[in-house]
This record gives sequence, structure tokens and C-alpha cells, in this order.
Amino acid sequence: MSARAQRLLELADDELILGWRDSEWTGIAPTLEEDVAFSSIAQNEIGHARALYELAAAELGSDADALAFDRRPDEYRCAQLVELHLMDWARTIARRYLYEEADRIRIAALKAGDDAELAGLAAKIDREETYHRLHAEMWAARLRDEPRFRDALEELWPYALGVLEPDQRAELARRTGLRVESTDIVERGPHSPELAELWDEMTEVRRSVPGATW
Amino acid sequence: MDARTEAFLAYVQGGGQVEATDWLPDSYRQKLVKFIEMHGNSELMGVLPEREWILRAPTLQRKLALTAKVQDEVGHAQLIYRVAEDLGKPRDQMLADLISGKSKFHNVFHYPTATWGDVGVIAWLVDAAAIISQKALLKCSYAPYARIMKKICWEESFHILHGRDVILAMVTGTDAQRELVQEALDRWWGPLMQFHGNPIPRDEDPMFIWRIKSQGNEEARQQFLEGYVPQIWELGLTVPDPNLRRGDDGVWSYSEPDWDELRSVVTGHGPRSQDRLAFRARYLEQEKWVRETVLAA
Amino acid sequence: MIFEVFRQEKKGQPFTHAGSVVAPDAAFADAWAREQYGRRGESEALWLVPRDAVHQVTEWADEFDLKYRRVDGYSIKERLRIARERAGTTPA
Repeated sequence: MSARAQRLLELADDELILGWRDSEWTGIAPTLEEDVAFSSIAQNEIGHARALYELAAAELGSDADALAFDRRPDEYRCAQLVELHLMDWARTIARRYLYEEADRIRIAALKAGDDAELAGLAAKIDREETYHRLHAEMWAARLRDEPRFRDALEELWPYALGVLEPDQRAELARRTGLRVESTDIVERGPHSPELAELWDEMTEVRRSVPGATW
Repeated sequence: MDARTEAFLAYVQGGGQVEATDWLPDSYRQKLVKFIEMHGNSELMGVLPEREWILRAPTLQRKLALTAKVQDEVGHAQLIYRVAEDLGKPRDQMLADLISGKSKFHNVFHYPTATWGDVGVIAWLVDAAAIISQKALLKCSYAPYARIMKKICWEESFHILHGRDVILAMVTGTDAQRELVQEALDRWWGPLMQFHGNPIPRDEDPMFIWRIKSQGNEEARQQFLEGYVPQIWELGLTVPDPNLRRGDDGVWSYSEPDWDELRSVVTGHGPRSQDRLAFRARYLEQEKWVRETVLAA
Repeated sequence: MIFEVFRQEKKGQPFTHAGSVVAPDAAFADAWAREQYGRRGESEALWLVPRDAVHQVTEWADEFDLKYRRVDGYSIKERLRIARERAGTTPA
């Protein structure tokens, strides 16, 4: 697999798995108004994943659904941050906030990069993510003094750093005010047991009739 | 009935509409709030059977569509509860009454969703049954409720099409997929036939008398059968009722629905009633701190 | 706080009342109303107004004849008939 395809899968897998996790809040968010807005964010992420998979699929001779669903759990390239099952609001919002900050840095690099096709897609994603960032910042500002939120940021920080390349991490620390040194970074590569559980559920119907059209 | 209430009744029966700031007879207001609340509760509880399948949707397209459909239902709950809130009942009170069983939600949302076949049947047929009821609210005498129904009906039309698309993919797929659809239909037919309620004549139905609804229960059921049984049969699917037939006069006859089952289910004794309410209660309780400390303006 | 939502469907059209959202401030109202009333690209623009800022007018003094201000206050048929007769221009 080319380095480009690997990179695309990293990005796509991050968006797919985070979108999947965020979609778990549909129907049970703290207020109905937030529920509707949060569900849009989850859908956008899956839309981003689909577009990224399509780029990778062209190179790998596959299709977006096959890449999204038909690989084994150990073949996914997502960072562990997105795999965590976080069904409480403080940690969910902390993850949204940290992920959006990390993603902002990553997308800026892609937009400025040599890969024109990927740069174009990154620009489109960026325009939609503007609203994700506004949403995350709005909540982070409201929860700034809430101990549950501060604890969540601390807890998820080592995972957030693992989303980015090493040379991008100082920027993330600068933006969030959290420290890089003396942090045990949870690097991309190995997966948490939660990914396999998620994968089982995510692929259950698809695996029930392999090769079928749904 | 006092003269003022009589005049109000004549006004709404003549097609008149009222707003939130108008005088409403107590009996009208109470019935209205109860009806609207049950509708809001149903949209909110309807999310739970479907959200399990968002996570298991077999393609990216289906995942997006199902998430969007369920999102619409949450959105509908928001629109509907807002109307009841403006009539004086606070949202947290409505949610508490839902959890405690004091207020009700529609029968169909008390049943399990066992397979992806259920996902298609619900989106296609349960939403179809619901849209018929909702269209009968477009001319509701209470104008704020009538107005939100327009947005709701518009959004529901995509749900039905999505549902039909899911079903068509399966009935044109493998035998195993086709069997999922037939099996789901066999399980859902009973609750679907009960959905519009027992056939009290509309002139005895308070919801019709006050022109909250513009049709009676049996009218709604007939519309459902007329619209959707042909769609079911044309796919070669069967309906598990040997007595179902359309008369020469256009009236559908069918086996008597199980009204005892309906009564039992809507009073909280359905197969999934209690665990779904408990699930909702758990998240409401868990995120109470968010509402209390953060959403106070 | 309750924010009333006014929605413009297409450019040039009036903003009409579409509903309301419960939010603590304008930032939350924006984030939430834009999804509730625009996630399908169905709105050109939204106005979000705290309910307290809306001043309702529902009562009018209707004591005297105001028809002179309206089209239905004028009936020119008979005079026009006479004028045409005099001018010899009555239509055939």
C-alpha cells in the first residue's frame, strides 16, 4: 500500500470511527436542540470519511463501503482517541474539542500540501468543520470551569496528541494550553479493545449476508 | 358547557383557528396538551428502536440516511414539545411524566426491532401510518401545532422513500434478505393495524369534536390500507391477515385488531416499554448537570 | 431563553416565523437553530430573536368607518355609467 493510501485511510478511519461514536448520542444528548445539532456533526464526519475512502478506493481498486466495513479491526489506522467509548457528556465534548483542534492543524497542512486532490478535499472538509469548531468552542467556553470537563481534557490529552504527527504536537499544545512534555502519548498504531467491539457491532448486518446489496 | 365555551366550539367547528395568546376553554387546553405531549413523547421514544440500527447500518449511505431520519424525529420532538411548553407545561415536567408512565407514547415504539428488515418496515410502513395521522393535523384548530405539522410532514416524506428503498434493496437481493423483510412485516402487522386506535365514531372522538384532528381513527386506518397494501402486495410480500380484502365499495375489511394488546402496550406493558424508558431515564439523569449548570441562561 | 426563529426560504422573500429554540445565549441559539431550520439547505437565512425582544400587537380600535382608506370604500360604477352616457362613449 502506498504512503498516500495509508495516509488517506488514517484520515478516513479517524472520521468514520469518531462519526460512529458521535452518532451514538442521537436521541440521548442533554437537550433536544443539542441532539439535532450533534447528529449533524456525526453525519458530516461520516460524509468526510466517505469522501476520503473514495480517494483511497480509486488507488486501491476498491470502494468506499468495502474500505469502511470489510477490513479486519487490526487493519484500521485510526488513532485511539476516536475509538474510546465515552458515553458521558463531559468526555464527549472534551474529545470533540481536542479532536477539532488537532484536525484543524492537520487540515491546514493538507491544504498547503503538494497533493492537489487531497488539498481540494481538505478545503471542503475545512469549510464544514468551521461549524464543528464553533460548536466545540462554544461548549468548551461554557464548561471551562466545570471539573468534569477539566478532568476529561487531562484524561484525553495523551490520546489527542496521538492523532497528530510528532512535528504538529507543539502547535496543539499551544492552542489548547495543555503540556506536551511529561505526557505518555498514546500513539497511532495499536488499537484499544474497544475498536474490536465497535467493529463487531458496526459490521453485524453487513457480515450477515456477505456481498449483498443493501 | 358555558356560553363562551360553546361559542369557542362553534368557532373551531366552523374551521376557526386559535393562537397561544387567545382564550382557550380549560377542557380544550387539557385535551390539547395531552394529545400534543403524547405526540412529542412518541417522536422521542421512536428514536430508541431505530438508533440501535444506526450503529449497525451495512453501508455508509444507509448509515447517513438512518441517522438523518432519526435526527428528524428528535427535531420533531423539539418542535412538538415547544408547542406544549408554550401552552404552559415545562419540558422537564413532560420528560418526568414520560419516564414515570403518567403520560403515554404510541404503541409501535414499545416493540423490539429484531433485524435490518425491521428498519425497512418501520421507515416505510410505520412512518406511513404516522404521516397519515400527521396530515390530519395540518388544519388543527390550534394554529401553532398546525404550523409545525407542515415541516414535520415535509420531512417524513423522505423517511417513507428511504424506507421503501431499503425494502426494495432487500426484496431484489438474496432470499435471505427477502426473508428478513417478510418476517419483519409478519411481526409488525398487528401493531400497525392497532396504531390508529380503535374505531370510535369521529363525532364521539374529542380530538375530532374540537377539530384538533380532522379525521377519525377508522378513516386514518382505511387511508393507510388503501395507500400501502397495494404497495406491499406488488412486491410479492404477504400480509398475515387472511381476512384482509378491499370491498367493491373501496372499504377495506380485516381481522379485528387486538385492542387488549393495544391497551396493555400503551400503558407500559409492551415488550420493550420499561427498558426503553429506563434507558431514557438513565441519560436524562446522567446529563442533568449539563442542563442545570450550563444551560441556565 | 427562548429564541424565536424567522426563516427566509429564498433571497427576496420575506422572513417568516418558523418556530423557536431554547438556548442560553445567541451562540448556542445559532448553533442549534441553523441545524433545526437549515440542515437540508432549505433556508437562505435565519433571524434569531429573544422572545422578550418581540413586542406583540393584537388589538385595534375599530370604532369608526375606515373604508375611505381602502379600495372597498369606493364604488364608481354608477357615476361612470352616467359619465359615459353624457360623453356618448357607452360601450356597445
